[in-house]
Amino acid sequence: MKMGHETEISQEKINTGYKLTTAKVWDIVLTILTYMLLIFVAALIIIPIVWIVGSSFNPSSSLSSSTAFPKHPTTLHYKELFQKTQFARWYMNTLKIAVINMILSMILTISTSYVFSRFNFKGKKASLLGILVLQMFPSFMGMMAMYNILWQLKLLDSHIGLVLVYAAGQIPYNTWLVKGYLSSIPKSLDEAAMIDGASNLKIFFKIILPLSKPIMVFVAISQFMAPWMDFIFPRLIISSNEKKTLAIGLFDLIAGNTNKNFTQFAAGAVLVAIPITLLFMFFQKYFIEGITAGASKG
Amino acid sequence: MMKRSKKAGLLSAIIWGSGQIYNKHYIKGLVFFIIQIITIANWRYFYEKLWGLITLGQTESVIEGGIVKHGDNSIILLITGLLALMVLLFLIIIYIINIRDAVSMARYADDKEAIPTEKEWVAHTWGKSFPYIMLIIPTIFIILLVVLPILFGFLIAFTNYSAPDHLPPRHLVSWVGFENFRNIFSVPIWNDTFWGVATWTIIWALLSTITCFFGGLFMAVLINSKRVKFKKFWRTLFILPWAIPQLVSLLVFRNLFNGQFGPINRFLRESGIISQNIPWLSNPTIAKVTIIIINIWLGFPYFMSMMTGIMTSISGELYEAATIDGATSRQQFWKITMPLVLYSTAPLLIMSFAGNFNNFGVIYFLTDGNPINPKYKFAGSTDILITWIYKLTKDNRQFAMASVMSILIFILIGSISVWNFLRTKSFKEEDMI
Repeated sequence: MKMGHETEISQEKINTGYKLTTAKVWDIVLTILTYMLLIFVAALIIIPIVWIVGSSFNPSSSLSSSTAFPKHPTTLHYKELFQKTQFARWYMNTLKIAVINMILSMILTISTSYVFSRFNFKGKKASLLGILVLQMFPSFMGMMAMYNILWQLKLLDSHIGLVLVYAAGQIPYNTWLVKGYLSSIPKSLDEAAMIDGASNLKIFFKIILPLSKPIMVFVAISQFMAPWMDFIFPRLIISSNEKKTLAIGLFDLIAGNTNKNFTQFAAGAVLVAIPITLLFMFFQKYFIEGITAGASKG
Repeated sequence: MMKRSKKAGLLSAIIWGSGQIYNKHYIKGLVFFIIQIITIANWRYFYEKLWGLITLGQTESVIEGGIVKHGDNSIILLITGLLALMVLLFLIIIYIINIRDAVSMARYADDKEAIPTEKEWVAHTWGKSFPYIMLIIPTIFIILLVVLPILFGFLIAFTNYSAPDHLPPRHLVSWVGFENFRNIFSVPIWNDTFWGVATWTIIWALLSTITCFFGGLFMAVLINSKRVKFKKFWRTLFILPWAIPQLVSLLVFRNLFNGQFGPINRFLRESGIISQNIPWLSNPTIAKVTIIIINIWLGFPYFMSMMTGIMTSISGELYEAATIDGATSRQQFWKITMPLVLYSTAPLLIMSFAGNFNNFGVIYFLTDGNPINPKYKFAGSTDILITWIYKLTKDNRQFAMASVMSILIFILIGSISVWNFLRTKSFKEEDMI
């Protein structure tokens, strides 16, 4: 009897001890697996980045001989980029277009959204539904007409033409976005100010504008970033080399001769990607908020 | 005796502003009157432009002895005609306002009340006109650069505007009704291309959305697991593909996967895994798979960051309560985390499908729609509808067909968006508009 009891206990001890260790082992294995997966994905993300950065420092200019870790790194292609192509010019063009587009878009968007979220007037419902429909058209359905209109307005091959297209095109989507946001700001705030005798404009500048900051940051940054990446409209509107934006400049660098110009393209790509990536990372929070709001429309 | 309001309305209906003058609103009356004078003085403009819109021009350009005699440019006629039509609509609205105003002011007299003086009227209207004043500039922008181009693009589908025989300024364009729509479904080469491209477009949109969604979900769950330390570091790292300008990363991938010179093939060759180059982007089937895989790289961070956001915002109390009730962590994941994440990301999923459907960049920059498909007209094997439209417009000048395709896309994407919108909060709320 006694013996049996003891063995039972020891058996139990072994069992629990054994169980504990399996759980622990499992835990460790799972943790290692998790980290391995994380590192694997991280590698997949980083390899192309390392490769392109490395390539831009390669001495030769061809794709076939470029490596991620060149033995004799050189900044030759960065220099060439500024000396042989109009890269600096394209950069300034894009920056100029981006800034003007950002400001113009913000003004247009905030004024329309303010009106739509705060006032009742004849034709409001119809116009809101109208812009909702407009926003669904593939953006370059109007490409041919846009080309002809800008031609008639003598705005072809000009940066103003490009800015106007961007700023007008964003109104439908962003108006819905910002209007949704503004509608969530209690109207009692402006009603109180109205009773205190504040004018519409004063209410707009003192109450609406400061409160709409988060969504307006999203509008501003996304409109600032759009010209850096957009390809279709500059391709359509801009024809002269010195007026190009970075997107088409960069594309043209490798479009014709992939193998020859590759490292120059790599250098250009690095110079474009760094500021935009940093900007995005910095304003990440606003992007996530803005997109979530856009998908659910307030 | 005729009521004063009726009289004022009739007066304004014949001579703009006369009803207003009858109501002793002299300045307003004068403004309406001047608008009418200007409209009538320009009747030729409206007549010619509307004629142009209806006929799209009748005299073709001819070359006589080396000198070009310019005829009508149908496309310019179409655009200016549309513009004139909009101006005319606007004038009709003013005309109606003019009559309504005369009637409504005179009503006061009908009811034996004093008609407000012009000053009172101005003060009253000024307060109400704020929204309109604010909207003037955005409206001009939208009409000129959004509405007009879309209307134009829409109408082009009903013309024969295309290379080689109907390209202004050399040739005229004319209305053809629904012929292009019929051609897409009845001319074999158009029909084959359309269905081939449309099928791949839908497969692409579905697969790219689903892979990115689950890729993002998987990474979000992984990062959020309690085993993982430095969550913020991992999240920042994994957001990189979203942050890097897409154009740049796409062009980089195009080179990485270059079949002839690309480093991926070079690496595989040198390490002895393959003896011949893999045509990553130049074999129809392999190219499609490659595109979808590259797209996961580009697209998963978007869903991942949305989902980690949602996961961290789920209240801890929910999990505590579940633990007390004896739910295992697996149950908690499937019964709490997943439903909440899926519920909040459903609209994103729909938007993303619509976005991928028209994802011009990925296709154009990775393969340019290539490899060439001999069975297709103006399209390659990996072309989706939007890149096909781009090629039709930019390279082949088949504007009419491109426009037909845009309308078909609009019908599809538009109905998906409307359906998505109808289920949203802002629509269901009474105060939506």
